[in-house]
Amino acid sequence: MLSAQDLSLPGRLAGVSLALRPGEVTAICGPNGAGKSSLLTCLAGLAGRGVALDGTALEAMALRARARVLGYLPQSADVAWDVSVETLVGLGRLPWGDDAAQDRAAIEAALAALALEPLRARPVSQVSGGERARALLARVLAGSPGWLLADEPLANLDLAHQLALLAHFRALAAGGLGVVLVLHDLAHAMNHADRVVVLDQGRVVADGAPEQALAQDVIAKVWGVGARWLGEPGQRALAT
Amino acid sequence: MTRLMALLIAALALVVPLSLLAGRVWIDPFAPQGPSALAILMELRAPRAALALVLGAGLGAAGAAMQGYLRNPLADPGLFGIAPGAALGAVLSFWTGYAAQPYALSIFALIGAGGAMALLGLIAGSGGSVMVFTLAGMIIASLAGALMSLAISLSPTPFAMSEIVTWLMGALSDRSWQEVWTAAPLTALGIAALLRAGRGLDALTLGEAAARSLGISPRRLQGLMIAGVGLTVGAGVAVAGIIGFVGLMVPHLIRPFTDRRPSALIAPSALAGALLLLVADCLCRIAPLQSELRLGIALSLLGAPFFLVLLLKLRRSMV
Repeated sequence: MLSAQDLSLPGRLAGVSLALRPGEVTAICGPNGAGKSSLLTCLAGLAGRGVALDGTALEAMALRARARVLGYLPQSADVAWDVSVETLVGLGRLPWGDDAAQDRAAIEAALAALALEPLRARPVSQVSGGERARALLARVLAGSPGWLLADEPLANLDLAHQLALLAHFRALAAGGLGVVLVLHDLAHAMNHADRVVVLDQGRVVADGAPEQALAQDVIAKVWGVGARWLGEPGQRALAT
Repeated sequence: MTRLMALLIAALALVVPLSLLAGRVWIDPFAPQGPSALAILMELRAPRAALALVLGAGLGAAGAAMQGYLRNPLADPGLFGIAPGAALGAVLSFWTGYAAQPYALSIFALIGAGGAMALLGLIAGSGGSVMVFTLAGMIIASLAGALMSLAISLSPTPFAMSEIVTWLMGALSDRSWQEVWTAAPLTALGIAALLRAGRGLDALTLGEAAARSLGISPRRLQGLMIAGVGLTVGAGVAVAGIIGFVGLMVPHLIRPFTDRRPSALIAPSALAGALLLLVADCLCRIAPLQSELRLGIALSLLGAPFFLVLLLKLRRSMV
């Protein structure tokens, strides 16, 4: 369980409390400046105080022990050096690095999970945006984390790649991983998340199953947009 | 050990003996030339070669680590302001007249480097932000530069002024084992610190937030960088003056032969830096000029066009 208790960051988050469960895909939604990315960085232990992992405060954990459990995928797809896809994925093993065979196996598993084997030797500058996004996700998975915290992982991807990545997230949650995603696309949150947390001005304004948390009145209040859901649950589309 | 490292070690094994024979007086290893040749070898050339290896290794490793830390292929160890700090210390030793005492110049320069390191840590604060750190380095570099100019302009005698200016140009001529024993242990400690920073530098490839999420402490990484760059660059300036561009050029030449992780670049860059400085010093020694070409000037003459080519290449890749 990854839980936040009365989490506050001056100007960004105000008294956020929530408890996230492993094996679920949780989407964090909200308008620009609502504090979504701030909440994710707090959940990853990179800012603020008041987040606990299975009852242990994150700030009380050793940095490396924490890094082995919480996999954080930042929004930036920036990679400073033109390393190969395989080397990039291998960076995910930095919190481990004490058993070469185990490292090798985890890197191979991550490359296989995201179908990156044919690209392993290719420099990251020579892969497409979608392939780079997959490689960066594989980097986090190579660290064998218990939680995946991803900040807008679908940004700059075309629809096919978005859907493929969402399917990966679902499969990871089915395998027992706790998956927390900051999502801008409400239809993706509605159709692919088990739970949605809606933030507005640093506060949680809705938290629950997607059909409730993203109800039309919530969207009207938080985003100021009159919209209604079309289609059946699981295949919803938002009409504005 | 990688093939690259083995190759560099083999090249060093070949170049070191050759460098001992080369110079104004060429020594024929097959025709012994009496005690004077032995004296030239043991008291002039051997310490000079050792110093080139030590300083080159330090500068190469510091350059590789700096580029990794700043995530920038144009970064140079000089950016942290440690070299100007050390140079300021050395200039003050000339200014006060202590430079004539044995070890005094080196001690002054090391105090200058230590002062720059402390100031860097103090200004950069506890956040460990790379940008704040870089700007702090630039402030220190310009402050030390200004103070150095002040010291030169107020130098007590024209002789002191000329001594300062000549020394600042950087050279390995007329150095003895004393300088080697001053620089070697400090440089070794510095390289050890930089090697320890390798894991953190690799993580920084993905940006500061991702690096922290991978269990890297920015504060510890910054401490290792200050210690590593401070000791290698400070020790170098203390015994040889300012020798630029090695830290910029060497990681560039080596990077394509590695997997491009910063940690994989540090040790080969140390070896390649040693090789480059040794070869450059030999060329300075045998160049047919009236007085010997200063190593610092030679490397700047070589380094500036290299930097320009690099910049043009980078500009092309940005378009």
